[in-house]
Amino acid sequence: MSNLFLILIATILVNNFVFSYFLGICPFLGVSNKASSAIGMGFAATFVMTMTAFVTWLINHYILIPYNLKFLETVSFILVIASLVQFVEMFLKKMVPALYKALGIFLPLITTNCIVLGLALLGSMRNYNLLENVIFGFGAGMGFTLALVIMAGIREELEYADVPEPLKGGGITLIIAGLLALAFMGFSGIISGG
Amino acid sequence: MNVILLALLTMGGIGLAFAVVLLLAYKKLAVEEDPRIKRIEEVLPGANCGACGYPGCAAYAEAIVNENAPIDKCGPGGAEVARRIAEILGIEGVEVGVRKVAHVMCQGTNEAALNRSIYYGISTCRAAHFTVGGDKECYWGCLGLGDCVRACPFDAIHMTDKGIPIVDRQKCTGCGLCVEACPRNIIELVPITQKVFVLCKNEDKGANARKYCDYACIGCRICVRKAPEGSMEIRNNLAVILDHKPVDENAQAVTEKCPTKSIVQLVDDEGNYHLPPALEGAEIVPIKS
Repeated sequence: MSNLFLILIATILVNNFVFSYFLGICPFLGVSNKASSAIGMGFAATFVMTMTAFVTWLINHYILIPYNLKFLETVSFILVIASLVQFVEMFLKKMVPALYKALGIFLPLITTNCIVLGLALLGSMRNYNLLENVIFGFGAGMGFTLALVIMAGIREELEYADVPEPLKGGGITLIIAGLLALAFMGFSGIISGG
Repeated sequence: MNVILLALLTMGGIGLAFAVVLLLAYKKLAVEEDPRIKRIEEVLPGANCGACGYPGCAAYAEAIVNENAPIDKCGPGGAEVARRIAEILGIEGVEVGVRKVAHVMCQGTNEAALNRSIYYGISTCRAAHFTVGGDKECYWGCLGLGDCVRACPFDAIHMTDKGIPIVDRQKCTGCGLCVEACPRNIIELVPITQKVFVLCKNEDKGANARKYCDYACIGCRICVRKAPEGSMEIRNNLAVILDHKPVDENAQAVTEKCPTKSIVQLVDDEGNYHLPPALEGAEIVPIKS
């Protein structure tokens, strides 16, 4: 049990996918204008990542490893991700149209996002069992959500700040992302391993 | 050989499984949209200009069907689009207004209007108006610093070398952003068919107004007398058209005797637009920043 908790904390804070692996930077910079759409994007990604962790573990352990097909890992994982994102898109369009509109193009872009594939490949490298892998995926998604929401909060405040002209927009956003990554390095000591 | 076959079968199997899942989801989660929304969207120009007050053509189409939004809001599409939307919705006999465009109601060009100073402040009309009132003697006249030009998203209003902006009637969608931008309320939205314009906003007494602008309305009442009874009047030393239809019908009689050419016929009987007399031969120039 404590093992699962450790994985969760490690993926959310210590090895945050955005701030320490630098995965998923595109939506991190693209959808962090407003806190509401950042939360939506975060949860959509979390859902996709948790499901991905579940399905890829099954495929990995019941198909790829027994039949010695490890080399199909990347291809099959991408297939899984693409299908799941498609599914989430249909689900949101039906159930939460407002969120579907707010996410816009970024929802289909989860498909090609490195954070999801990165999660699947990292998970298969780490020899987790099924539950651990799902927690790993969930934690990674929550870490991504956390990063997005922090960034959106800062950027909403930034609207009122007197930013030097050449840094407006992209420049200041990248500087803040760098500072946030530095801040998150402060967590690196709290868990050994992870 | 065996490995290739196995790989093919595995990937094919996984792909097929997901295809079935997605097919089921597609059937179960299909969103039913009113087919009229799609058809109205096809009729709309698709420029997503926002003149209707909605984020884009798709949003407007949705608002028409779901929220009973008025169907004549599309400026660029005009009466033709409104008529076709009415057809799709099955509405008949809807009164559709003519297309409106912005017009600058001032002829106080650099030559015509008297300057009392040189303005060195922040180069926007708003700043000039609220601080020292700009460089012209006329408190009501165009400041010529181009707030309206900056406000226009359609590149439809341009500054001229004479210091008064002109509207490109082809490009203007009647969105009204320049009307809001002008701190002196000189720009108005007018029906594109309107013939007679009072091109002055000056409310000073005639004797004073005449001193500082060649094209000022001096409140002499000639146009009011020539216009059909009750269609025009003088308010605050300024001619005001109360009812455009009778005035337009007598356009020549109303405008020809104006001593300062401040009331003019700009749209002739064929519907062609002519620049105001003070702006004839004006060249478009970039705004000062």
